[in-house]
Amino acid sequence: MYGGRTSLLIGFAAALLTTLLATVLGLLAGYFRGWTDAVISRALDVVWAFPVTLLAIALGLALAVGGLSIGPLHLSGSSLWIPILIIGTVYVPYMARPIRGEVLSLREKEFVEAAEAQGAGPLRVMFGELLPNLWSTIIVFFTLGVANSMLLEAMLSFLGVGVQAPETSWGTMVGSGFQLITSAPQLSLIPGAMILLTVLSVNVFGDGLRDALDPHSKLRLEVHAGMPEPEGTAV
Amino acid sequence: MGRFVVRRLAGMVAVLFAVSVLTFLIFNVIPSSDPAQRMAGKNATPRLVANITEEWGFDESLPQQYLTMMEKIFSGEVISYEGREDVDERILEGVGPTFSLCIGAAVLWMFFGILFGYLSATRAGGLLDRVLTIVAVAGISMPVFLIGEVLLVYLTYKTGILPSGGYVELAESPLEWGEHLVLPWVTLAIVYVGIYSRVLRSNMLDAMNEDYVRTARAKGLSERRVMSRHVMRNSLVPIVTLFGLDFGALLGGAIVVEAIFSLNGIGEYAYISLINTDLPPIMAITLFGAFFVVLFNALVDIAYAYLDPRVKLGESAR
Repeated sequence: MYGGRTSLLIGFAAALLTTLLATVLGLLAGYFRGWTDAVISRALDVVWAFPVTLLAIALGLALAVGGLSIGPLHLSGSSLWIPILIIGTVYVPYMARPIRGEVLSLREKEFVEAAEAQGAGPLRVMFGELLPNLWSTIIVFFTLGVANSMLLEAMLSFLGVGVQAPETSWGTMVGSGFQLITSAPQLSLIPGAMILLTVLSVNVFGDGLRDALDPHSKLRLEVHAGMPEPEGTAV
Repeated sequence: MGRFVVRRLAGMVAVLFAVSVLTFLIFNVIPSSDPAQRMAGKNATPRLVANITEEWGFDESLPQQYLTMMEKIFSGEVISYEGREDVDERILEGVGPTFSLCIGAAVLWMFFGILFGYLSATRAGGLLDRVLTIVAVAGISMPVFLIGEVLLVYLTYKTGILPSGGYVELAESPLEWGEHLVLPWVTLAIVYVGIYSRVLRSNMLDAMNEDYVRTARAKGLSERRVMSRHVMRNSLVPIVTLFGLDFGALLGGAIVVEAIFSLNGIGEYAYISLINTDLPPIMAITLFGAFFVVLFNALVDIAYAYLDPRVKLGESAR
């Protein structure tokens, strides 16, 4: 039961990290354009070129064995921060790209020009003017991010490179139960079903949010009255 | 066109280089312990560690270390210190099962994904659409191992209808080959059917609201022709992109599915290496997998330029 805590914690924390990184990178790239954009976009391209699972697995294995030191901060291989960092990073390009695209079109709008005419600096334009206009996109991506992060965490833990020994999560429970699947399948199936239910609820919630927040979809809802809104996430 | 292809392939080489540098950083630089110690595996003796340090040049500068690593991987000299086997050879052995798995699953998920997407888009708001939407969201939310385990428990252990795993060469016995692969195919396909049908549905709905579709209808074309010629054609383009990316990613090993059904492919090799914390194979598999993603990315862009004349050949598409 307590494994669920870890799964949810990682799902939310990783999605939060992805959102933060992606928003800042997307804003920077979209607002400054020029070579700031080029550098950020190329870096994202490289991460994008990796299959998400392979990248996460490679990082997971390397860090689980080695631990991680950033300056004075040392994380041991079994720290929960490691899966959070890994999952939080690998999904960044999937979110930063659409945000960048949106910023690129927003910054041409009149209200940005108006703010600049009032003497607002880049920081104020980015966080005071552009960010509020991005909220609906960010929230929708955040919910999808929670669902995807939980799935990835479960997979990594199942393979033994996510959450490490003293800690448990639903993923590690499925993984250890898998060894006994012939004699006691419920050991593995029940935590698996819990993951399914949780991720399903997050996804359904995200769909609803999108209907409520996306003006574009509302427009379409009027055309085809009462149809549920599709989602377009690439895993 | 020719110039575009050449430029795209050159771009591919650049990305591959960046990817290999990133792999190197992930394995040898970012973690804080001694790389030789990690590479030697769980049963490392001080002597083995010293040998590895020597062999991989871990006492030299970083660019030199990178060169040594690439040289080893491409000359097929990487050996797993845990299992004492040649890594590149083992990966090549895994190509058969992994490709059989991916191609079969891809056929399944493209067929059902497009079928379901088409059905729910043409009947948007109706009962069938609702049912298919629920099925698709459930499919997307499903952890892959859960599908695999459920199928495994109910179709093999409890009832014995299908074999529980393993892989039989196609050349040996096509029937047994198929029998062993049915469950892995289905398992892998379910998630993608969910995603593809949703994406296709939303693309088709977008396309149906376009002016050119209204024009086509106004011209008096049959509904069927409007759908196949005007709506589907434009909606399938993003599906092709998605397919290229997903398929490329899978060729590097569908790790979970292969592990559950012990298919003995690249993915299962990765799984076994992970359990033994055996680094050299994972390093090679990561590069191998990234290669396919980058390759398919480039292929998709080139296909795009053929399919969609609006794509400006000068700039990189997507």
